[in-house]
Amino acid sequence: MTVSDLPETPRAPEPGIGVDEWVARSAERILGRGGLAGQVQRRLEQVPAPLRFASAAGLAALIPVITSDDYLIRVATVTAVYCLLALGLNVAVGFAGLLDLGYIAYYGFGAYGYAMLSSSKFGVHWQAWASIPVVVCAAIALGFLLALPSRRLIGDYLAIVTLFFGQIFYILVTQGYRVSLLGLNKDLGLRSASWDVTGGPNGIANVDGFRAFGGTAQSDRAYFYIALVAVVVVFAALHLANRSRTGRAWRALHDDALAAQVMSMPINWLKLLAVGVGAAAGALAGTINAALLQGAFPDDYNTMVLITIYAIVILGGAGSLTGAVLGAILVNIGLEALRPGTEFSDWTANGRGLFYVTILLVALAKLRPWRRLSAVVAGTIAFGVVLHAIVGAVWPRGVHGLILNATGQFDHGGWIGWALRHWLVLPAGTYQDGSYKAFNYLLCLLIALVLCLTLVRGWRRDLLLVPTLWLAAFVYETRLVEEGSGATRFLLLGAALIVVMAARPQGLLGRPRVEIV
Amino acid sequence: MHALHLVGYFEPFQLTWRYLFAQLVAGLTLGSLYALMALGYSMVYGILKLLNFAHGEVFMIGSYIGYFVLTALGGSANPSVPVALLLVLMFGAAMIGSGVLGVVVERFAYRPLRRAHAPRIAPLISALGVSFCLQQLASIFFTTQYKQYDPFGLSGGTLTTPFSIGAFQISWMQLIVILTAAFLMVVLTQLVTRTQIGRAMRATSYDLEAAAMMGIDVDRVVVFTFFVGSALAGAGGVMNGLYLSNTFPLVGFNVGLIAFTAAVVGGIGSIPGAMLGGLAIGLAKAFAIGYWSSAYQDVIVFCILIVFLLIRPSGIFGVPAPEKV
Repeated sequence: MTVSDLPETPRAPEPGIGVDEWVARSAERILGRGGLAGQVQRRLEQVPAPLRFASAAGLAALIPVITSDDYLIRVATVTAVYCLLALGLNVAVGFAGLLDLGYIAYYGFGAYGYAMLSSSKFGVHWQAWASIPVVVCAAIALGFLLALPSRRLIGDYLAIVTLFFGQIFYILVTQGYRVSLLGLNKDLGLRSASWDVTGGPNGIANVDGFRAFGGTAQSDRAYFYIALVAVVVVFAALHLANRSRTGRAWRALHDDALAAQVMSMPINWLKLLAVGVGAAAGALAGTINAALLQGAFPDDYNTMVLITIYAIVILGGAGSLTGAVLGAILVNIGLEALRPGTEFSDWTANGRGLFYVTILLVALAKLRPWRRLSAVVAGTIAFGVVLHAIVGAVWPRGVHGLILNATGQFDHGGWIGWALRHWLVLPAGTYQDGSYKAFNYLLCLLIALVLCLTLVRGWRRDLLLVPTLWLAAFVYETRLVEEGSGATRFLLLGAALIVVMAARPQGLLGRPRVEIV
Repeated sequence: MHALHLVGYFEPFQLTWRYLFAQLVAGLTLGSLYALMALGYSMVYGILKLLNFAHGEVFMIGSYIGYFVLTALGGSANPSVPVALLLVLMFGAAMIGSGVLGVVVERFAYRPLRRAHAPRIAPLISALGVSFCLQQLASIFFTTQYKQYDPFGLSGGTLTTPFSIGAFQISWMQLIVILTAAFLMVVLTQLVTRTQIGRAMRATSYDLEAAAMMGIDVDRVVVFTFFVGSALAGAGGVMNGLYLSNTFPLVGFNVGLIAFTAAVVGGIGSIPGAMLGGLAIGLAKAFAIGYWSSAYQDVIVFCILIVFLLIRPSGIFGVPAPEKV
């Protein structure tokens, strides 16, 4: 057997002079992705994009056929709305690289615009085919208007100015129930001293459902299909836009604005366009949300929602449309699972299942080889069991606690609960008033341990991982699970932003960016 | 009725000198607070070109530390130590605590990104995450209810009752805020202009890479900058609690935004600029509240920002930075 008989491994040519090494090795990197993940990726890439896309949309369309549960369909609809929002934000953040923190204003503008044109607030009842295009076009105009003063601004200035725009929108909406012409209405001979435009903190209620061609969309199922169609249309449009001349120009702007300008690209116009397209998608999502909720309320359009959309885009991978959709599904279902008293939290045992499965998945992905993984898992289990035995021998009451079940009651919690109660040290009366103060210190300790984990390397990290994992589970069961509806969900969201930025800035499906030094 | 009087249409009392001076004093007080905050933004931006969104939350934690020192020493009605010592302890604890928090945030959220040469958008998003996390942690630890400083009880209410100097009416509390801020700013100026580490800070701010090549330990300078900036924010947090009498987990967000505006107006990266910008924004806000409408005060601040960005993007004291290729 000669050397030439050996199967040739695919190799990219060595980079020569004048060739950027990263670019030259691009093909090699993609080919070189080994293992199961690489095979799956290659198989997927052989399927033509439209077919992949149509089958995903078709699968999603089956959801209301499979289940008739209103709650599940509602969650699917909200997820679709988040998909739309993430797709829109992705244009500004992912394609053009503009950190637009005022994006929430377009979402709110869409909702309020639709609510004003199709509700009994002003007695205007436009049909959906009229009001939606008007609102979307107005949002594009608003996007242009807001982007005009900030178009010269780079990075951070743009972020702060747009963040202010978002704040201003919120202020205007909550104060908009007493609008007057500089307080001079009486002097100008007008009948009322001030007008109620936005309903103030109470928002606008009794908004019509989508009405078109004599019918009105009322069921959750109808809204799911409307939202799904909107996602499909926007996704396809953005996919085409991304591959067009404008899309390439956006990427050039993203990578190096100065170089793009030198290459005679109209960078100001490109920025305006990116903000405008994003605003259109955001406003469309807003109209659907207003019709779905039959109202527009200021607190649906505040900073929390903005952070959620950012977490979606960043987690999925800025610049990747599939990533935006995947991120929306992951984040929204995760948030639902952490909300107590819903079906998702029922299935996942109060977000508990999700919490442990996430930890396990991250451990699976990060702890290689499997010997290391099994050592850490076995160590963590042994740590808890031994600690439980010691505490049980010294202080019997210390292991008699109950756990919080999905309906908000405390009980033994089935077989999962049995395992947890024999692994963690839950003192009797864990959830009584005031006992949380002690657990606050443990939460501090947990944060300190997690921070320490980033400092140590090698076997020391694995050793430290054991008590940290156990403490994470303990703090989750004793402290965080109770706050599930509020702070914990958003705490985890914020932490996800930091962790993704530190560990994998390109997100799940994004492409790593070349940093030219 | 709530009136937006922009032209004419003032209540008679609003047209007296006494009222004008009261707004002036209130503006100076608010302005000193914003100036302290703006300094932190400006110094960090000057060195790392990073907009530290978490600065407002450091301020919030500082105000909570001040509150807990106050409660631990018996509350404002009958403190177990003299009032002057109480105030010094509150400021000291808040400044040290916030300074340490700032260093921790830098060490764990920003430095790994700097090491990895992450794209410029990455630390911004990380900062957003830190800010959000600290807010949520505060609402888990301290609950979302307002914590009352209750400064009206301090030494029998004499601190908050205004007294007259000529046509001016001023309270001891306002004097304390203004003088403490002025004192801290003088100390900072001395620190930056007279000491070795101050010189290193200026050099790093001028050109980080060149400074590193000249043998300056850039990481140490960054840590020091974060400590000093965050300590000033912590002092601002205590002042905010003493002056506006309460604190809550979201208090830092808005103050942070306004202080950033102050830093931009003054010229970001410039220390005297941050002080002047803070005073200017504080005065603008006080007059907006006094003569126009408290609901739209932030809209006015924002319009100032827009005008500045359009006319003079580098701010009052800033030097326009030529873009290097």
